[in-house]
Amino acid sequence: MWRDAALVAGKDLRIELRSKVALNQVVPFAVVVVILFGLAIGQAAPPAGAASGGALANATVLRAAGAGLFWVAVLLSTVLAVQRSFAVESADGARDGLRLSGLDPAGIFLGKAGATAAELAALEVVLGLAAALVYGIHPAGLAMLAGAGALATVGLAAVGTLYGALSSGTRVRETLLPLLFFPVAAPVLLAATKAFDAAIAGTPAAGTTWLEVLAVFALAYVALGAVAFGPLLEDA
Amino acid sequence: MATALSFRDAVALAGGFPLLAGLTLEVGEGEIVHVRGPNGAGKTSLLRACAGLLPLSSGSAVVLGHDLRVEREGVRRQVGMLGHAGALYDDLSVEENVRFAVRASRGKEGQVAGALGRLGLDGRLARTRVGKLSAGQRRRTALAVLVARRPRLWLLDEPHAGLDELGRLALDGLIVELAAAEATVLLVSHELERAERLADRVVTLAGGRVVAEASGQRAPQPIAPARWSAAEAVGVGSDVA
Amino acid sequence: MTALSRRRALALTGWLAVAAVAATVWLGLWVTPPDENMGDLVRLLYLHPPLAWVAFLAYGLSFLASVLYLWPRTRDLRLDRLAGASAEVGVVFTGLTLVTGSIWGRPTWGAWWTWDPLLTTTALLFVLYLGYLALRRVPGDPAGRARRSAIGALVAFVDVPIVYFSVDWWRSLHQAPSISLASRKMYVHGSMAWTLLLGFLAFTLLYAWLLGHRYRIARLAEREESSVLELALAERRDEAVEGAPAPVPADAVTGGGPGSPGVEMTPAGRSR
Repeated sequence: MWRDAALVAGKDLRIELRSKVALNQVVPFAVVVVILFGLAIGQAAPPAGAASGGALANATVLRAAGAGLFWVAVLLSTVLAVQRSFAVESADGARDGLRLSGLDPAGIFLGKAGATAAELAALEVVLGLAAALVYGIHPAGLAMLAGAGALATVGLAAVGTLYGALSSGTRVRETLLPLLFFPVAAPVLLAATKAFDAAIAGTPAAGTTWLEVLAVFALAYVALGAVAFGPLLEDA
Repeated sequence: MATALSFRDAVALAGGFPLLAGLTLEVGEGEIVHVRGPNGAGKTSLLRACAGLLPLSSGSAVVLGHDLRVEREGVRRQVGMLGHAGALYDDLSVEENVRFAVRASRGKEGQVAGALGRLGLDGRLARTRVGKLSAGQRRRTALAVLVARRPRLWLLDEPHAGLDELGRLALDGLIVELAAAEATVLLVSHELERAERLADRVVTLAGGRVVAEASGQRAPQPIAPARWSAAEAVGVGSDVA
Repeated sequence: MTALSRRRALALTGWLAVAAVAATVWLGLWVTPPDENMGDLVRLLYLHPPLAWVAFLAYGLSFLASVLYLWPRTRDLRLDRLAGASAEVGVVFTGLTLVTGSIWGRPTWGAWWTWDPLLTTTALLFVLYLGYLALRRVPGDPAGRARRSAIGALVAFVDVPIVYFSVDWWRSLHQAPSISLASRKMYVHGSMAWTLLLGFLAFTLLYAWLLGHRYRIARLAEREESSVLELALAERRDEAVEGAPAPVPADAVTGGGPGSPGVEMTPAGRSR
């Protein structure tokens, strides 16, 4: 199973290196989202009793909300990344090919989720820098950031790949995937944001509960995905 | 002669529509069977069912010793299918596509070079991205993937379509080689004369069932020793990029 | 159980449910006293927790049915039907839970919506299962649709405890204790307690009745689908008899290619 996973992950990553879709489309998309959030919040009226004029108040708001906005952007990007992951297979009937290849379905799941997670991780580094710049954040607890980020990414990639397989066989996949994915991913958004908040505020220890939540989520969906992927592929 | 596949009153549905409506067919190992019939008769569905891709809702189907009503995964490793679509990754090169298939089926590295050579895809073509190939070259790549995996049952869905004459001859040569090697071949084709000359048996499908069977006209010797590399060497044919 | 006795049992459940709900309403609105703290608002208590409980029950049943469906030994399309029907009723009850919770929140906290942990969790569950229902509607063959839906139900249900826990932890960190879960443990006694219990019973009966009918509708819908299938099968077979196979090739030899009926043919099924 692991052998198959490595094979599929390698294949997906090599395709990404060649086609550069994630690099050219998903990353800019995420950066645009980050900027749009900045614009949107910049328009909001400053809260009553704010210190000086609008600009300063909104900068404060952005800094406070920065972690959450970052993770919303990641969630949106995950949907794109997963859709791309399965578009690669459907083009030219390659999905039948996967079933016929003799690869272990659990291995295919782990490979695809792994490749998606790797792409997301690279995205998050770029996005993190962008968010730090635009929102004026200076993160402190790097270990917490890395830990929470890694766990959250694994969980998101796992659920995304699972739902991606579910919806890729259907004709309504573009609208079905986001509808399914976002409610399920909500706890990850919450937990990752809180963990990041703790790291940014300089009190990383406060984020450990959230780390546990992320770990449980990641574990649960990696396991569920590995088990459920086989039956799912059958719905070509 | 051992039985390669045996279908009895097989019914397969898709969204309520019966793709196969009570199909009965037996094919022995080493046979080349030409499957023909009007559009929508169920020819592709038959191939997909043999590959274990199509679930059956009633009847029985045993392919290469695997009972498809019980489980359909085991048969897939022993079956090679060439469908309408190429099932290839456009962003990877010819060689990478073949190597992926070989590794996925736990084959040996040597099978890659052998398959590429047999299909005349070595050299510069091997490193070209599949997305940049012509339709005929893509077909050859798909065949190379199959050849590298060495399946016991070959399911070819209109393999000649889109190839020029030399390509078709080379394909015929390949099919004849397969027959000589005791592989079983189900050949769906609208090229009736050509397919009949290759086949041991001709089966006609209509409305999801077999309506007629007859003997084929398989020639005792290979029709032409044409191979792709030879075709390219001659320099004729638009199959060359 | 014969169809008639099934229908009778269902009708009986319906009547009991109506009676119980009516009793709850009567007790809740007129007989029980107003609470010291909340006043008349406490009367919503007889509705809100029972509705929430039924929603959870519905989702739990849906999850169980889905698991059983996926298990090869207990695979049965009826389980899939049950899972779908239960989830649909569950969504309705979740919606009602949200509405009653919101109504309760308005006078209590001054807003139609607050990020109260249970309310937030309920809202997320609502959307989660709306997605599941959307998944069920995707067209496909019954077995494939059932399998997809079952896995969707699993994925959704695994998320429920995680959502519940994270939202609860989140709010308990930020809000005054008055809106944390602790405040849920109110002290009810006397007629209020009985009414509350009756409320639970009443809505559970209502759920059972709705579930029974929804299941029946699903079964009838599938029966209609399969009768359409019979028709389609028959039509396809006719295709085979009248349909025009390809014309005989020009150089046809003895033993003949397959042609229109009437030409000498080898009967199908006889091997070479």
